[in-house]
Amino acid sequence: MSLLNTLARLQAVRAGRAQPLATVRHRHLAGRPLVLVPLTTAGEAGAPLGALVGTDPAEPRLLVVPQPRDRDLRWAFLADLADVVLPYVDGYADDVEYVERSETDPETGRKSKVEAELCRDAPQLIVPSRAGVEYVRLLGRSMRFRRTAEEDPENPYPAPARVPLLGRWFTHFGERSRVPGSSLLLSATDLLSRHWASGQSNLEDQHLGALLAWIAPPGGASGAEAALRAELGRDGDGQLLVPPAGPATDPAFDNRVLAPAMARYDAARTAEPPDGPALARAEEHVRALVEAQMRPAWDAVWRSVELLRELPAGERAEERWTRDRWSYTGHRDRVRAGEPPQPRRDDAVTAAQKLATRETEQVRLDAQEALDDPLVMAGRRLAGEAFAGEVTEVVMEWTETKRPSPRPLVTVATEDRPQLAEDGGTKVFRSLDGRPQSARFVRFDEDGRLVLRLLDKMGRGRDPEPGSVPEKGDRVCWTLFEHDARGGPKLPDPERTPWTHGGPPGHLTSPTAPAPDAVTDEDLL
Amino acid sequence: MTAFDPGAAAARATAAILHDTLHGTERGVVVDSPPGAGKSTLVVRAARELAAAGRRLMVVAQTNAQVDDLVLRLAEKDPGLKVGRLHSSDGDAYDPALRELPSVTLSAKPGDLAELPVTISTAAKWAYVKDAEPWEHAIVDEAYQMRSDALLAVAGLFERALFVGDPGQLDPFSVVGAEQWAGLSYDPSASAVSTLLAHNPQLPQHRLPVSWRLPATAAPLVSRAFYPYTQFRSGTGPGERRLSYGVASDGSGPDRVLDEAAEAGWGLLELPARHTPRTDPEAVRAVAAVVRRALDRGAVTTDEHARRPAPLTADRIAVGTAHRDQAAAVRSALAGLGVTGVTVDTANRLQGREYDLTVVLHPLSGRADATAFHLETGRLCVLASRHRHACVVVARAGIADLLDDHPSTEPVQLGVTVKFPDGWEANYSVLAHLAEHRVSWRP
Repeated sequence: MSLLNTLARLQAVRAGRAQPLATVRHRHLAGRPLVLVPLTTAGEAGAPLGALVGTDPAEPRLLVVPQPRDRDLRWAFLADLADVVLPYVDGYADDVEYVERSETDPETGRKSKVEAELCRDAPQLIVPSRAGVEYVRLLGRSMRFRRTAEEDPENPYPAPARVPLLGRWFTHFGERSRVPGSSLLLSATDLLSRHWASGQSNLEDQHLGALLAWIAPPGGASGAEAALRAELGRDGDGQLLVPPAGPATDPAFDNRVLAPAMARYDAARTAEPPDGPALARAEEHVRALVEAQMRPAWDAVWRSVELLRELPAGERAEERWTRDRWSYTGHRDRVRAGEPPQPRRDDAVTAAQKLATRETEQVRLDAQEALDDPLVMAGRRLAGEAFAGEVTEVVMEWTETKRPSPRPLVTVATEDRPQLAEDGGTKVFRSLDGRPQSARFVRFDEDGRLVLRLLDKMGRGRDPEPGSVPEKGDRVCWTLFEHDARGGPKLPDPERTPWTHGGPPGHLTSPTAPAPDAVTDEDLL
Repeated sequence: MTAFDPGAAAARATAAILHDTLHGTERGVVVDSPPGAGKSTLVVRAARELAAAGRRLMVVAQTNAQVDDLVLRLAEKDPGLKVGRLHSSDGDAYDPALRELPSVTLSAKPGDLAELPVTISTAAKWAYVKDAEPWEHAIVDEAYQMRSDALLAVAGLFERALFVGDPGQLDPFSVVGAEQWAGLSYDPSASAVSTLLAHNPQLPQHRLPVSWRLPATAAPLVSRAFYPYTQFRSGTGPGERRLSYGVASDGSGPDRVLDEAAEAGWGLLELPARHTPRTDPEAVRAVAAVVRRALDRGAVTTDEHARRPAPLTADRIAVGTAHRDQAAAVRSALAGLGVTGVTVDTANRLQGREYDLTVVLHPLSGRADATAFHLETGRLCVLASRHRHACVVVARAGIADLLDDHPSTEPVQLGVTVKFPDGWEANYSVLAHLAEHRVSWRP
């Protein structure tokens, strides 16, 4: 945690209210996000208890599994979930634009421009907390290897149609959420804690109710008190006033409320003779209980979205969203092409590629957030990774070549203390109309001012283009970090995995070896 | 029992390594080298012998500084050997001193160097070499600091390889989470050697048994604390290295700790317990004062090569810290005292370097918590194993209590080999030893 964030937390404690960590919104928010509040059954991994899902804050779709240990009911629930989520996800698939991208011909290795489809917009899923993101991934893994009756008529327990497809999409959303700065699948707690510092620990920030209480305490109460009430407050029956945002439920609710209601439901199901109205009543009772547990989290997620919408969008967040759109378009194409579901484990090359992408995106995100937001930049300046100041002198100099190019010396007076080596040579960058201009640090003046030599973005002529060189009195902000991240080198194809990494995976070299994880009989986790 | 002959033990190990490399049947050979055990010497020797055997050789190092250092050493040992230095197209990608060497060809294009017997570059640059005729042999230097994914990108370039590195130094790291792949044999964030051995467990593994850098006062502690199952010895015996001062102690904390370090090889300058920001101004000033006094008191060193005392100059002193901002703070404190020429850097950047005297700002000094970063075994190992004569550690009191309050709580990942010793254990053994050489000081 940076010093500035620590300070903000301390100030939040003193003020009794969360303090801003950003002046702009650093994540894209879709116009019509799909909010999903899942609950899971205690003691049974991957057994959903219920969900609220939808795009309209006023009208969530309620899905409940009255007996989560009943696999048929579980698959019915997942089929219902697919009926809500898939139309939403597919809704963005056909509205495309055509963009040029360069592709390398595998035969000749030559690069050429090809026109590719890019979806104009992409779906966005928002869950209450990071545990909810994990749960989406878990559900994806349990669903994507199943086969429907259509795909495998012999299967005695076929999965309902569209469930495997939902599994593949959930898996894609889950994997994408691991890319820094991506916005296909977000959690409300991460969104809020990126933009506000509460007066509690990071761990406590995972409680959406408590975090919101710090940011927007109800009725003028102190954030600390409201958070404590949200976290621990219980009513006369020992039930939490603010139920947890899931997917885990509160044990007191499980033991004292849910278990008896489920027992009544089980009894009604097995009653002889069958009692239809009693069964319906028992089911309705479970549904009402589970809805009451989820509804506060549902409202809290939408409240979070509302709060974030009040912040102006960060300039470069849109560019990152474009990469999310590419990611969505790419997966849409893989599904349409009939490719098998994502394998259970990445092979060596895929794992390395994913790690490289995420590292590149992390570097890019760190740079872009600082460039978009003076408050974030202040943190980098405090850490000595950037400096801002006033230009006190500009001396024109040129390269000693046949066609001299401008290399002006710019002196900057700053109170920041950038980590520059005394003997010069460090490259620094500033944003010039959104493009990075680089300079080389030359020396410290005797009065502590910095002398920089501009290196580029001044045009081709002998005299620099107007506006490309700062003038005396200009305020400038230079960073020691680059403004964009370079992707890594191309890795070998999986079928050329070297001996150091176990050689190529079996199914790629031997025609008889089975493809890994094409299908599983059970919803194994 | 005959006396341990370090020279003979090291020579036996080297001979076995070269035999397996030149005549072995396996595609790879792994060599573990403790700090200062002659790893670079081994790499240079292996490179020359492979080249002499007519094997087209590529050498993979991790940083440009390491590459340049290897090129210089090779040219010094064998001025006739043609060496290619593949560099990136950035302006200052290599040491300008290389331009003076007639046997060295510099190029940013692998094609220009393809015919040379030896080509040296960084792993990052090698990864961009495509469609080249595979090299018969490779030497991968600092293989424990290379990440598995970096090896994946270059392994297709060579047929066979010698992997050399120090398992006790800092593990490679990733700026993003990679838990997703923990336990997979090819976890891209793991070290190149762990992936290599997971897939090729039959490869011969060797170990260099003697540290030529560490003095007799340091080798037992470093060996016990960081290499508990692969112990090594120092090349020099007790008393063969000496540090002394021309000016007597003035009784201040820095002077007393310098005397202790000259006597025992270790010194702990303990400041009063306090929770501080990372750039603890008092501790930083204390570090600078120790360096300043070492220079002011006319320190001289005696070692096994030169029996005549040599003055300890600023370029033979290093200050090690955990964080970059701490290094920056020490640098400006030193500049304030008028000291120039002393290396001040983080553990990551001091890896592979060697000095006569090191002054270390303890990673846990003044902290309220002990995170995995600050407990990392390799970080402390690097900081405690850079010196030929003595090491002074500056720390706030209370680290022992801090360790007691923060037992290791990292989640256990299935399929991941548990590393011994863990950082907690290593920190404790070092601290227990330092406590015997403690000088308490209230600035």
